Amino acid sequence: MEKIYLDNAATSWPKPEGVYAAIDYFNRNVGGNPGRGTTNLALASARMVLETRELLAELFHISHPLRISFTPNITESLNVALKGCLAPGDHLIFSSMEHNSIARPAYALAKQGIEISIVPCSSEGRLNIKALVKAIKKNTKMISLSHASNVTGTIQPISEVGEICQKNGLIFVVDSAQSAGILPIDVQRQHIDILTFTGHKGLLGPQGTGGIYIRPGLTVKPLKEGGTGSQSLDTNQPEFMPDSLESGTLNTPGIVGLGAGVRFLLKQGIDTIRQHEEELTQLLRQNLLEIPKLKVYGPANCKDKAAVLSFTLEHINPAQVSFRLENEFGIITRAGLHCSPLAHQTLGTLPHGACRLSPGFFNTREEIEITSQAIAEIAQK
Amino acid sequence: MWVITFPSVTHALRAEKLLKEKGIQVKLIPIPKELSGACQGLAAKLPGEDVEESIALLDNHGIDIIRRGIQIKM
Ligand SMILES: Cc1ncc(COP(=O)(O)O)c(C=O)c1O
Repeated sequence: MEKIYLDNAATSWPKPEGVYAAIDYFNRNVGGNPGRGTTNLALASARMVLETRELLAELFHISHPLRISFTPNITESLNVALKGCLAPGDHLIFSSMEHNSIARPAYALAKQGIEISIVPCSSEGRLNIKALVKAIKKNTKMISLSHASNVTGTIQPISEVGEICQKNGLIFVVDSAQSAGILPIDVQRQHIDILTFTGHKGLLGPQGTGGIYIRPGLTVKPLKEGGTGSQSLDTNQPEFMPDSLESGTLNTPGIVGLGAGVRFLLKQGIDTIRQHEEELTQLLRQNLLEIPKLKVYGPANCKDKAAVLSFTLEHINPAQVSFRLENEFGIITRAGLHCSPLAHQTLGTLPHGACRLSPGFFNTREEIEITSQAIAEIAQK
Repeated sequence: MWVITFPSVTHALRAEKLLKEKGIQVKLIPIPKELSGACQGLAAKLPGEDVEESIALLDNHGIDIIRRGIQIKM
């Protein structure tokens, strides 16, 4: 049975050939520790890491690539953003569609005296801007928002929220886990102060890569201190980016692979990628709507969402649907709560969640037809 | 010889790239002994007449600099 992979929202697969090749090349032929010493190997390695920063800067319209620090994943980036900026008495706003990578650090901070507000979203997952504006108070310091939902794909009005943050002097944090590499991101036009990203989804890099961009002029306290290869005599952690947030040896092979992923994206053009994914999602949605007792969530128009589609069947548990899709048809999906209980609460799909299908650039229309047929069969029996 | 020094290898490498793109004859060298203690890593060696323009360019691109152009006897 051939596998059909429809779980790109969890992690993209397969990766472009260039990603596998770049990681292998680095491990076999370079191998130096970037920024640790100035041997040719260490420098070659540091140059490759710099190149990934520059490629990401190009993708996100960041004018200073050294304002990007690498992290193991977006979860760490979001923890840095929240814990490095907020102090007791500050107020943080986020939405009712957020992932636990924001919600849990926020709840932890709430126990330390940071105020939090969760702004409601519509049943399609769209942020209520009026409610957001109303939630802003004197001590509000930050608004954090995911660009696109990992449950419904719903795209949030990032530019509008960016403007609101700018007007009110708030730090605007964007979680681009489901949008980077798929939707246009421009930190300047969208007034993004802190952009967090993960390498292993739409950016097509390997797992264990991610990062954080911080706009010039904004200082964020690191979560950890340690060796940076720079200013070693100073007992204090360096305050300049990217070193301030990059203690410890980086995942260099991973970052080199991520660079290859971004190079692939820039070459294909994210518009092309977006168009293909949108077509697949539209087809999938149309097909699913014809199945009795099946409910799909999120915006009806696939222009308003990333390539993520969740559904439930009235009479079968989502986990059972996902299990049967894999075991009877070889189709890989993800069922349950997708680390996003808030989003499922918004949709009314607690406690069982939903079954999620997330096509990627390497999926075909044929795979979508086979999958739709398989779901129709499961729904019947 | 004139050098500019940076707080880290990353900043030095990015500076090298930016200056080369501008056609400035730059070479990364180990930090001269006279300056050690200033930082670890690399310095950019460049012609004296290019120092001013280079510093302006690097400032514009958000490169952190420690020694903003210093003449060293070889
Ligand atoms: C919207 C969103 N934020 C954050 C994350 C966390 O990503 P990671 O596990 O790479 O840190 C994910 C993916 O799981 C996500 O979809």
